[in-house]
Amino acid sequence: MPGFLFPNAATEHARNVDWLFLCLILISAFYLAVIFGPMAFFIFKFRRGKKADRRPIRIKTWKIEIIWTVIPFFMMMGIFAWAADLYYQVERPPANALEAFVVGKQWMWKIEHAEGNREINELHIPLGRSIKLTMTSEDVIHSFFIPAFRVKQDVVPGRYVTEWFHPTKVGTYHLFCAEYCGANHSEMGGGIIVMKPEDYAAWLSAGAPRDSLAASGEQSFRNLGCSGCHMGNSVIHAPRLEGVYGGPVPLVTGQIVTADDQYIRDSILLPASQIAAGYSNAMPTFQGRVSEEQLVGLIAYIRSLANKNPPDNTIP
Amino acid sequence: MAEVQPSLREQFDSPAQQREASRLGIWAFLATEVMFFGGLFVGYIVYRHSFPHAFAAASRHTNLLYGTLNTAILLTSSLTMALAVHAGEHGARKQIVKNLLLTILLAAAFLVVKGFEYSEDIHEHLVPGPSFFAGGDPRQELFFYFYWAMTGLHALHVIIGIGILSTIASLAARGRYNAAYYTPLEVAGLYWHFVDIVWIYLFPLLYLIGRHL
Amino acid sequence: MSAITISDTESPPAEENYLSAGHTVRSWLLTTDHKRIGILYLLSILIFFAVAAVAAGLMRMELLRPHGWFILNETYNKLFTLHGVLMVWFFLIPSIPAVLGNFVIPMMIGARDVAFPKLNLLSWYLFMVGGACVLYSIIVGGVDTGWTFYTPFSSTYSNTHVILMAAGIFIAGFGSILTGLNFIVTIHTMRMPGMTWFRMPLFLWSLYSTSLILILATPVLAITLALMALERIWHIGIFDPKLGGDPILFQHLFWFYSHPAVYIMILPGMGVVSEVISCFSRKEIFGYHWVAFASVAIAVLGFLVWGHHMFVSSQSIYAGMIFSVLSFMVSIPSAIKVFNWTATLYRGSISLQTPMLYALAFIGLFTIGGLTGLFLAALAVDVHLTDTYFVVAHFHYIMVGGMVTGFMAGLHFWWPKMTGRLYPEKPAQLAALIIFIGFNLTFFPQFIMGYLGMPRRYHNYAPEFQIYHILSTAGASILGVGYLMPVIYLIWSLRYGKIAGPNPWRACGLEWETSSPPPVHNFDQPPALPVKPYDYDTEADYG
Repeated sequence: MPGFLFPNAATEHARNVDWLFLCLILISAFYLAVIFGPMAFFIFKFRRGKKADRRPIRIKTWKIEIIWTVIPFFMMMGIFAWAADLYYQVERPPANALEAFVVGKQWMWKIEHAEGNREINELHIPLGRSIKLTMTSEDVIHSFFIPAFRVKQDVVPGRYVTEWFHPTKVGTYHLFCAEYCGANHSEMGGGIIVMKPEDYAAWLSAGAPRDSLAASGEQSFRNLGCSGCHMGNSVIHAPRLEGVYGGPVPLVTGQIVTADDQYIRDSILLPASQIAAGYSNAMPTFQGRVSEEQLVGLIAYIRSLANKNPPDNTIP
Repeated sequence: MAEVQPSLREQFDSPAQQREASRLGIWAFLATEVMFFGGLFVGYIVYRHSFPHAFAAASRHTNLLYGTLNTAILLTSSLTMALAVHAGEHGARKQIVKNLLLTILLAAAFLVVKGFEYSEDIHEHLVPGPSFFAGGDPRQELFFYFYWAMTGLHALHVIIGIGILSTIASLAARGRYNAAYYTPLEVAGLYWHFVDIVWIYLFPLLYLIGRHL
Repeated sequence: MSAITISDTESPPAEENYLSAGHTVRSWLLTTDHKRIGILYLLSILIFFAVAAVAAGLMRMELLRPHGWFILNETYNKLFTLHGVLMVWFFLIPSIPAVLGNFVIPMMIGARDVAFPKLNLLSWYLFMVGGACVLYSIIVGGVDTGWTFYTPFSSTYSNTHVILMAAGIFIAGFGSILTGLNFIVTIHTMRMPGMTWFRMPLFLWSLYSTSLILILATPVLAITLALMALERIWHIGIFDPKLGGDPILFQHLFWFYSHPAVYIMILPGMGVVSEVISCFSRKEIFGYHWVAFASVAIAVLGFLVWGHHMFVSSQSIYAGMIFSVLSFMVSIPSAIKVFNWTATLYRGSISLQTPMLYALAFIGLFTIGGLTGLFLAALAVDVHLTDTYFVVAHFHYIMVGGMVTGFMAGLHFWWPKMTGRLYPEKPAQLAALIIFIGFNLTFFPQFIMGYLGMPRRYHNYAPEFQIYHILSTAGASILGVGYLMPVIYLIWSLRYGKIAGPNPWRACGLEWETSSPPPVHNFDQPPALPVKPYDYDTEADYG
């Protein structure tokens, strides 16, 4: 890729976007040439006071119109297809990606690795792995923008969104917030640090050894009292959570939903809205009592139960 | 130029041109109004689609009796409005005024019923906020957000309609309209029918749609 | 057309005209004359433009250094909000429609006035009340949401006077709606006998399309801002995810208005260019029907592409693809127009007077703006470019390079008709050149900066972008000089300009068949309708 004018490209996707960008520049140059070439020539040739042939044109103008309607149309469709294909790739994370969670708030990025390491405004990642970020916001809309990877995703409160990339170059790259979010919007950023795998492993273990994300989620699960109903044999009839994640959940209304991150989040914050079949609306809302980081931990914990079976002695 | 008519404004060449302009003007205005209410309808549809059960549950708390009564009142007022415009075509001054007054009366009756309904709603804690009856379910609160916004905006249109119809009625009483010139009456009639039609959509969306579940 | 001789330049303007019909303040504030209302709009939008331009100047000064030097974060945010709100709703949207449109539409169709003159005056008052609300919200402390008012920042988190400013836009919005309604009815019903749709000047086609957008899109903005304000007051949750609402719904409703609004801000400029190109090439416009229908096509397709502002907002990727393909399609009618304007020059008799210079600049800058629009419609490229300076540069090429340049073309073109006097040609040509250079120097570096990753609405930025900001600020200074010059020479011309006579450009169009300035009722005797629009006889004319 031409180095001048093109910013640092640290993923395969970034280079693909640059090629498309270059192609668009060439198309633009082509259009500018076919518009301004003739225009300059006409202005020169047909200046008032100059002798020139000014007889009315005697050709079918509609033929010309069709030509300059149809040719651009097909060019546009070609560009559309190319760009849509790249977009499709960058919007769908691969299954084997390393995962990290990102919580945006005015005006910082809080990041938690699956291993439990936490960072603020910095994200350390290993070279040569696909990284998938699951992101949400505590307050307003932010946007996680890494120019060197050519990726950007608005981070919307109340939703989980994902962004993924596969860095191919070691280095430190800008991280910006790209959606205006208030007074210190322009300070809400930091760096993405791509490290060699061995350096990354060292970095991971050098961080204060903490519980993994799922383990800290389990901690919250007890502290918030979730385990009282969902784990114990208490009188309150609540669903066990082993094996729930990723599977179908029949609701009292007859709908069937998938137990994904968003479903678990909604069930904690707005339990009355989607009640699992066979249960009553007994759970209080945890809106305001649980932070976004705790939610992330709880989800990681429930996810870690996905492959387990509930003990046999529980009442179904 | 056509003969000088007191009702013909100076920018127009003929009464026919003036009438056409007024009619097109009110239709364009109603298109604007459709888009204005449209924003609310889109919001309602989006959330109803997302939370069908909460919306159905909340809508069962609306007062079907008042709603039905008001639907009947407004439909009747559309009839009297149509009769007033019909009387206008014949230049029947007394008939115009009588029917317009009936329409205004029905519009006022609508507002009175709505007032009773609103005060009951407040009494039953149907107003979104800290004392909302279903405090734990913000999605039911959303339903009532739309309930108040949509019926409130509609009631505002009814109030404006009463103002317009009263003006037209008093001008009609002074003999300003005749078979050759009754465009303002016609324009006011179109506006009034629009206000009715909005209600015809609001009634099922807010009152009926949750009842069959 | 060529039969009209240029009147004696020494003779005074016609005895009784719309300007001399009354000199009291009352005669202006209670006027229902479309020409006077046009002048009222002209004066008011220039005030808003000046305020918004000062805000832009302060921002560009501040951005000279990466970490700022004389403005606080909060102030900077309020400045770009103010700049956006005033420029969009109080300058660009009313600029060509409410000033030039009001002035010439009735004359172009041979009418005495618009269909509803009192409503026309009411529009101006609503516009001014709305503007006063906005200015008042600035005086009491400003607003920091950006002109897009994205929720939940605007509805919950901002501590500024959001409701006041939204109320101002809401009220002014009804002014726009009534203006659009007036134009639609006027063009439908007030055309003189024989003025069929396809004898209308293209300016009317473009304003008709604009008016359709005004009446159908603006009410959606009104209800959206009202819902946002209600949310702010009562915290019910329609856009608040904590209460089950969806902040993205606001973006859908907002862009359902604001994307068509972009076409409100370019179609009228295209209309002016069609008039000016034809007149100063002394040639019939090439492909009249295609240009006319392209306006309507842009207006219709413009309603279907709002989602391209939201490719990274977490809307579904399939929705993104549909909006992308439709966005590419909306570029086709714009391209048709550009090709037809260029073809119009062929075998013309081209004179590079000021309106023509602006019209040619319009074609150039609009083309660059349109081509960079393709980059933003291309999904994967947009993911990188959206919310960067690339977008900022793109829409300034459309709105300033396009619409403001179109406005300047129209203002110079109809200035003799409005005032009865000619502006001085040499300073005007010089100003046009300065504006063209200043504009490109201001905004072209922003394309590069955007691709390099500089996000928009940034008060502090990474040092590697500084060189582009310095270039941009330098350009803005030149641009500022360029915009000051017309103010000076146009005011000068009011007193010292040459007497214009009815038709100084020997232009086609009914507005040139009456005296300059026109009498109160536009025509002293009914104008003679030409057999076709743009009836220039190029061959006989080229001398």
